[in-house]
Amino acid sequence: MNTILVHSESSISAFERPHRIVLLGAGKKPGIWAVTDPRTQSASSWSTGRFLWSSLLQSSGPAVSGVACLDRCPHSVGTDVMHLFLCLQQVASLIGADPREIIFTSGATESNNIAVKGVARFYRSRKKHLITTQTEHKCVLDSCRSLEAEGFKVTYLPVQKSGIIDLQELEAAIQPDTSLVSVMTVNNEIGVKQPIAEIGRICSSKKVYFHTDAAQAVGKIPLDVNDMKIDLMSISGHKIYGPKGVGAIYIRRRPRVRVEALQSGGGQERGLRSGTVPTPLVVGMGAACEVAQQEMEYDHERISKLAERLTQKIMKSLPDVVMNGDPEQHYPGCINLSFAYVEGESLLMALKDVALSSGSACTSASLEPSYVLRAIGTDEDLAHSSIRFGIGRFTTEEEVDFTVEKCIHHVKRLREMSPLWEMVQDGIDLKSIKWTQH
Amino acid sequence: MAASSRAQVLDLYRAMLRESKHFSAYNYRMYAIRRIRDAFRENKNVKDPVEIQALVNKAKRDLGIIRRQVHIGQLYSTDKLVIENQEKPRP
Repeated sequence: MNTILVHSESSISAFERPHRIVLLGAGKKPGIWAVTDPRTQSASSWSTGRFLWSSLLQSSGPAVSGVACLDRCPHSVGTDVMHLFLCLQQVASLIGADPREIIFTSGATESNNIAVKGVARFYRSRKKHLITTQTEHKCVLDSCRSLEAEGFKVTYLPVQKSGIIDLQELEAAIQPDTSLVSVMTVNNEIGVKQPIAEIGRICSSKKVYFHTDAAQAVGKIPLDVNDMKIDLMSISGHKIYGPKGVGAIYIRRRPRVRVEALQSGGGQERGLRSGTVPTPLVVGMGAACEVAQQEMEYDHERISKLAERLTQKIMKSLPDVVMNGDPEQHYPGCINLSFAYVEGESLLMALKDVALSSGSACTSASLEPSYVLRAIGTDEDLAHSSIRFGIGRFTTEEEVDFTVEKCIHHVKRLREMSPLWEMVQDGIDLKSIKWTQH
Repeated sequence: MAASSRAQVLDLYRAMLRESKHFSAYNYRMYAIRRIRDAFRENKNVKDPVEIQALVNKAKRDLGIIRRQVHIGQLYSTDKLVIENQEKPRP
């Protein structure tokens, strides 16, 4: 049996992040397991941590060479279990949960699917209604859509201009046959923080399960599943600088939340998610969670300062820049700015030295402006010209300054070329223009 | 205990900074140097010897991690980032 042997080291530092790692997979040949390309300056550390974990490698020689692994095979099963238990503890302590309430998955997408579909289907006989918001991640919205095809009813709550949902509307939308409310903690496109504690209170008072997609929030803002009355939570490994391809779902035990398993099989992970647990990835995620817990305050302070610097500099030098999303209830690491009278894609192409995104990774295939921006009521033209800046743990001041400088330069250049900008400078109100066909 | 004397801590600090400068990845290098400086500065007034020893042990483990990661980074290095090429012309 070729399992990977990992030595345990309870405190694993943030530095254990090489670009490429060589692992032994299930087969007999060693190979490059996963590779990232750090060449582009990632101001979009929001969509991918870009760094692989390596708690595996900090155990060094034996694991990588594989020879010792095979020699020690008989013991590796026990070691596997020991490491998984440690990882459960690391993840659980980050969110204030019990280790038995954590299940490892392949990522936040799978966790969201398990939460939404699993809960809905389990209570199918008595409850047929779900509530979610219009600004949720694609995987939640798609899961809801597929449930609608199965005969469930879903309410998609609108959001206010600030991006935050209206709590009265939520309360009014809850019906006697509502099984689940799903609201993401921090939005991946505009960085808005939803009032999770209040939503949790409302849901628990109405005896409705509350699921939150906390992929962007775990390890960045303090979360406690008991204080906030959260019943299910999705966690993503790579958003907290862990490995890609791993995530977790928190499922409350007291009172027990029943979930129908999405994946049938050998009954691993309490029968809720069958399939071999990817030990190397899970160890990496555990390590990332532990580091995130230790570094949360330091990182938050730094990222806030850098975000302030970025927005202040841009807003000071350029007129007609709008920040999308509530400025108060906002996670500083994700800034979404709309530059009026400039086309978003051309600005992105001009800023090719910096890895940014207009919209989010999950919707990058389409040219439509982001549905999140549409949900917060942004005008079509401003939605098209929005850019999302992601600031993370490893972002430096120089990178922020560089990005700001390039951004200002290119926005000015593109505006010079824009006839709309000329008209605005002459004092013409664009809304009053009647465009004719030629 | 000898390990927690001022000279030892300073040696450790210097060793960590020296090792961190060898990171081939810009972001890791900058983060490591910054974090080491801030961490040592933050803890400079700690008086309790048990706490000092715990911090020193953690730093030693981190130094080991930095050494291994620097090595791996050098095995699989990539091109320099745009910002690194920018830094040189500035006075």
